[in-house]
Amino acid sequence: MNATPNATTTIVRHSGAYALDNYLTSGQGVKSWLLTTDHKRIGILYLWTILVFFLIAAVAAALMRIELLTPAGDLVTSETYNKLFTIHGVLMVWFFLIPSIPTVLGNFVIPMMIGARDVAFPRLNLFSWYLFVAAGALALWSLIHGGVDTGWTFYTPYSTTYANSHVISMAAGIFVAGFSSIITGINFIVTIHKMRAPGLRWFRLPLFIWALYATSLILVLATPVLAITLALMSVERLWGVGIFDPKLGGDPILFQHLFWFYSHPAVYIMILPGMGVISELITCFSRKRVFGYAWVGCSSMAIAVLGFVVWGHHMFVSSQSIYAGMIFSLLSFLVAVPSGIKVFNWTATLYKGSITFQTPMLYALGFIGLFTIGGLTGLCVATLAVDVHVHDTYFVIAHFHYIMVGGMVMAFMGGLHYWWPKITGRLYPEFWGKLAAMITFIGFNLTFFPQFLLGYLGMPRRYHAYPPEFQMLNVLSSAGASILGVGYMLPLIYFLWSLKRGRVAGPNPWRATGLEWQTGSPPPLHNFEGTPIVTASPYMYDAEADRELHMANA
Amino acid sequence: MDKFRLIPPQASTSAHQIDWLFIALVAIMLFFLISVFFPITWFAIKYRRGSNANRSNPSHGSNLIEISWTTLPVVLSVALFSWGAVAYYHIERPPPNALEVQIVGKQWMWKLQHAEGKREINELHVPLGQAVALTMTSQDVIHSFFVPAFRVKQDVVPGKYTSEWFKATQLGEYHIFCSQYCGTEHSGMIGRVVVMEPVAYQRWLTTGEAGESIVVSGRRLFLDRGCSGCHALNSKFHAPLLEGLFNKPVPLSNGETVKADQQFLRDSILLPGKQIAAGYDNIMPSYTGQLSEEEIMQLIAYLKSIADNRSPPPP
Repeated sequence: MNATPNATTTIVRHSGAYALDNYLTSGQGVKSWLLTTDHKRIGILYLWTILVFFLIAAVAAALMRIELLTPAGDLVTSETYNKLFTIHGVLMVWFFLIPSIPTVLGNFVIPMMIGARDVAFPRLNLFSWYLFVAAGALALWSLIHGGVDTGWTFYTPYSTTYANSHVISMAAGIFVAGFSSIITGINFIVTIHKMRAPGLRWFRLPLFIWALYATSLILVLATPVLAITLALMSVERLWGVGIFDPKLGGDPILFQHLFWFYSHPAVYIMILPGMGVISELITCFSRKRVFGYAWVGCSSMAIAVLGFVVWGHHMFVSSQSIYAGMIFSLLSFLVAVPSGIKVFNWTATLYKGSITFQTPMLYALGFIGLFTIGGLTGLCVATLAVDVHVHDTYFVIAHFHYIMVGGMVMAFMGGLHYWWPKITGRLYPEFWGKLAAMITFIGFNLTFFPQFLLGYLGMPRRYHAYPPEFQMLNVLSSAGASILGVGYMLPLIYFLWSLKRGRVAGPNPWRATGLEWQTGSPPPLHNFEGTPIVTASPYMYDAEADRELHMANA
Repeated sequence: MDKFRLIPPQASTSAHQIDWLFIALVAIMLFFLISVFFPITWFAIKYRRGSNANRSNPSHGSNLIEISWTTLPVVLSVALFSWGAVAYYHIERPPPNALEVQIVGKQWMWKLQHAEGKREINELHVPLGQAVALTMTSQDVIHSFFVPAFRVKQDVVPGKYTSEWFKATQLGEYHIFCSQYCGTEHSGMIGRVVVMEPVAYQRWLTTGEAGESIVVSGRRLFLDRGCSGCHALNSKFHAPLLEGLFNKPVPLSNGETVKADQQFLRDSILLPGKQIAAGYDNIMPSYTGQLSEEEIMQLIAYLKSIADNRSPPPP
């Protein structure tokens, strides 16, 4: 495959095109993986780890959806149901969504995208994975010994005084996972600051890098607050020190302020990397430079900053001051604006493109559709009076699943398909990829759209049993979930199949301009044969040239 | 109740307000959805690879376009925010002269008492067309009192009083849900609101075990539990008189001034050392553990009832 006519980069190569040895073949055996400091291998370690947690959390979700087929709580007991939604929430948030794109795709491609040999602190990077595994072990210990029934939000005084489940071990797991996040964040920030290739100025950075830079800032600044919150909760639960329980002289609302001060920015930790992936995909598969590069890049930073001052919108009915509620509501509307800017710019990028619909692009278009719905319904929950009605109902569940699953998971899948040939050197089967993307999109909407209706009708979240008039929509949602399940199982199968049987990808199967594509697939141990030199903006795609190329080949 | 619907029954004045706001939001959402989905579909077809569309002079950005699609959402946001905030202010603040109902939430039931004294569990009878204000607290974890048909919801927090109000506009029975996760039987913490004709409501109040009114209960507690031993004109202890106190400013010994609202009275009963009225010693014993949440509410109702009494001049 020839390089594109407007190559972004010049690569100083040693003699011979690509070395035969790559990061997968240099070093064999379990030890070479467990002691690796190669960012690419660490990315793959993370991929396997989060896959385990995703599967456990997905099984919990499946059991809940089966339970909710009938109004009566007949499949599992209330106690089990409460543990199921807690484990689903905790594992999906802290052990899948937050690490997903940063630690898998970020670890793999950040150094390559900026022309570096590795991240700034490779050993710290490995340490962060070990911390993550230790955190996961604590969470699994808690799960195996009976689980937790507090909900992923750990609201006090339920979690500190009334819950009879393994709160401390689960909180300890999240606490440790937080340190893994912080270390990864620091590593990315330093890497992006200090290790860019010659000529790679800030405004020549791919938008994926901007997004992960913003994400890393939030990881470093917000996660310590989570650690403090969980530590205070544990102190009260273990030793009865009055912090949150009014019986001990504490304030339960204080917990919510602390928790959401972390957990709202955490929403942006989850979605910003997804937005970064989409900018890569939309440009590559429409053969267009991104429309409004600086606006898209800076909107990531705006989201990161504004995301810190909207936490109170989770507390409009908590008894916080109504005037505080008004300020948080206004700020929440404003944080929607930079997200809107991104969506508009992606749309404008398609204009005059030369668009193909390979699997990653299908996921990207799916992302835009679902994220837009998720974001717009966010306006409903930001509107004070409407939130009073829909707060803590399925409307909120539907809203954040449109962002987290419809947005983030679609972006993760899109990114994984896009970079899969780079990671493994092999292509996944395109037909099955497209099929899975479409099944996921349809299954997702069938699962979660009915939940908007359920929520406005008033069905509260975390209900094991519900009044019979809600059954029809619940059955629809559960049926959709089974389709969504197929959409997720298919890639699992064909990705594994492609490891041995997939077509050999070659260095740049998508004819993409990113630096990571200007080296072998799989990449050599140190990514590049020599130091790349960057001479232009990213995304130097040319739709007109692509059309001519296409005509010539036709 | 089994027929399929898209919105719950509109049974209160707030329900209409909130539904209109929601409909406006849906309209704006549809506007933005169409303005994103239509161009995406159009571009995806027109500029698919291999099509003959004109691709010359592609644009890579325009500050004018960026500013306009930043400004429009900002303007709409501020408008929607304002509408939502005004409606919220209205739903959050009970009107004066509302009927009062005291609610205590516990794992996993609602205990309610009407001002006239009638008690209920997991049921709330209210008259049509009259504002009803709920004063709520919890004796264990956080709950939330949610009536979808009224579009009102408020967390019920231990150690604190929260309020919620509505004016029912339609006869019938409607769900009460606990919407804040509160433990094992959370989804069983449900009940119903029964909206009755005012005449039927009055009849209902006096049938069965009507009991004494909350104020009378409070007065009895005030006398029986020893409050009146100190908080009285001829007491040998130097304690503040409580007539006319409710909702008035109270100077504290630390120089601050606070309003003697429900929360202040509650704290003064349970944690008397927390805020000491200026000119008095910290001699009151704590009633923590000696009064139930219901009894504290009754005492406060009594103190409220003597709010307008002129205290006699000191001897």
